[in-house]
Amino acid sequence: MAQVVTTETTPQSRSMFGRIPAAYWLFGAFLLVLPSFASNFVMYQIFGWSFILGMIALSLMFLAGYGGMFSLAQMTVAGLAGYVVAICGTSAITDISQNWPWYVNIPAALLIAAIFATVVGWLAVRTEGIYTIMITLAVASAFFYFTRQNYVLFNGFSGFNGVFPPQLFGVDWRHPVAFYYLSLFWAAFWYFAVLYVSRSPMGLALQGIRDNPRRMSALGFDVTAHRVAAYTFAAFPAAIGGILLTWQSAQISPGTAGVGPVIDILVIAVIGGLRHPVGPFVGAFVYVILKSFSIDILVALGLGGERFQLLIGLGFLVIVFWSPDGLLGLWAKLRDLHRRDPLIGRLVRRL
Amino acid sequence: MRSGVQVSGRLSAAGASNALELRGVTKRFGALLALNDVSMTLRPGERRAVLGSNGAGKTTLFNCITGDFLPTAGEIRLYGEDITVFPPQERIRRGLRRTYQISLLFAGLSVLDNIYLACRGVLRRRFSMLRPGRNEPALLSAVDLVELAHLQEVRDSLVSHLSYGQQRQLEIAMALAGAPRLLLLDEPAAGLSPNERQALVEILQNLPEHIGYIIIEHDMDVALRVAEFVTMMHNGRVFKEGNPRELENDAEVQALYLGEVDG
Repeated sequence: MAQVVTTETTPQSRSMFGRIPAAYWLFGAFLLVLPSFASNFVMYQIFGWSFILGMIALSLMFLAGYGGMFSLAQMTVAGLAGYVVAICGTSAITDISQNWPWYVNIPAALLIAAIFATVVGWLAVRTEGIYTIMITLAVASAFFYFTRQNYVLFNGFSGFNGVFPPQLFGVDWRHPVAFYYLSLFWAAFWYFAVLYVSRSPMGLALQGIRDNPRRMSALGFDVTAHRVAAYTFAAFPAAIGGILLTWQSAQISPGTAGVGPVIDILVIAVIGGLRHPVGPFVGAFVYVILKSFSIDILVALGLGGERFQLLIGLGFLVIVFWSPDGLLGLWAKLRDLHRRDPLIGRLVRRL
Repeated sequence: MRSGVQVSGRLSAAGASNALELRGVTKRFGALLALNDVSMTLRPGERRAVLGSNGAGKTTLFNCITGDFLPTAGEIRLYGEDITVFPPQERIRRGLRRTYQISLLFAGLSVLDNIYLACRGVLRRRFSMLRPGRNEPALLSAVDLVELAHLQEVRDSLVSHLSYGQQRQLEIAMALAGAPRLLLLDEPAAGLSPNERQALVEILQNLPEHIGYIIIEHDMDVALRVAEFVTMMHNGRVFKEGNPRELENDAEVQALYLGEVDG
């Protein structure tokens, strides 16, 4: 019945491409040609890592921004997918790794991550607000301690190293340029997928549930089922982020999805902004920049380099204080200032 | 399957079963008896007003019929089907609709999106991840409802930017989505200007004949113009039933009503 179409429900957005400002095209082109002038470090560590963290934070943005569900278990979903790739695929821990080919272990990772996220969602959607956070945090720490203590499957404290991407099409996907494009592709894919789904019946229903769950069931929607389905969907960007993260560092260990990284994902999503799928990527970029360069700044100032978390914390505080909608909110505020009519002081055009 | 439900609905509308049947519906909140043995029968297409002072149990009655609360005792039948323990969405999919006394809308979505969701909720493929096409039936009927509720000018505005009156109109439009058979209208005229009230009365009077409704209304003027039968509630009980004229001239009803107005 519903056809695959690119039209939208609102008239001012009749054409899919006609209203995209030139700046966006330029930015896209910039990302595509970046490897021609950027260093390996910038491609691999700065952008590659930003795209990965952005994808994992995007899965939280989807749940929190559209569904009003703050799940702290998204990093755990990512970590689980990374573990499955290491366990089913190839790693330096030959006693455990099964050496299955990529076309088995990657789908297995996605499937297991999706099932896990669905179960977590099924548990979490019965609660609201702070209780959702508590339940998902409990799941995340349980996963951390379980992987650290289980040696049969998860190889305990040391986890897995030597987890490399498959040499598909004869390309070494860990080469900085190849990895840059690989992570860019998946980040862009999930960015557009989330944007697209946000205007579908599923996405609109989720936003309706965020605004008013009771009314949604009085319109014929099964609120619980929609919330659980949102967790299932959000598992995929997180899982792909987790697999890429494992390949990037060639290892996965309990610390990858420890409580610290779990909180970092929340911070990234909130710093960036939960209103739009671009927020998590903006947040991830800021986080990666701070994490990569704050040590140099701190050392230059004569402070201990290990205090970079302090800078991130301060940045978080400042952004949340000035703009609850994160950097996206700040950006929108600044843009609004320029649109104000000088005579009547009102916005000339609404966003 | 869905068309089967609709067909059987039309058959029963031809005279087989009642639109709504309440038998001994009781709702207790701790020590408070909010509804006490309420029985009520509505023919298909019947338009009824429920009157009563604050705390008479009118909204609780609506909440039990829509399934927001499960009744402590009693039975609720919608077009012959026992829906007493159904979750709200199952009742809505069977043609029941409701508006809320305090607008419950989706503030972060546009007017059209709100109505679109209402249209989509009673159709299949609610989990579809494909964007609606320009000719999707639910989208087309949403556009029609925008016009019916005179909301064309604010169609793409966020609901949080609407005036109070416009929000009330949106409530009505959302209740008319899909193929409604029985509407529960909880004080739809509250807070409206005289002009808006007139528009509301016209919308209700122009509804297709097979759509029945129960309207909770404090404004006797509105209630008596849009209802053919009146149920008076008091302290969780049905106090009196009759046609508008009878009740208007009933001494007990007048005493109750004037007492409320004075007090």
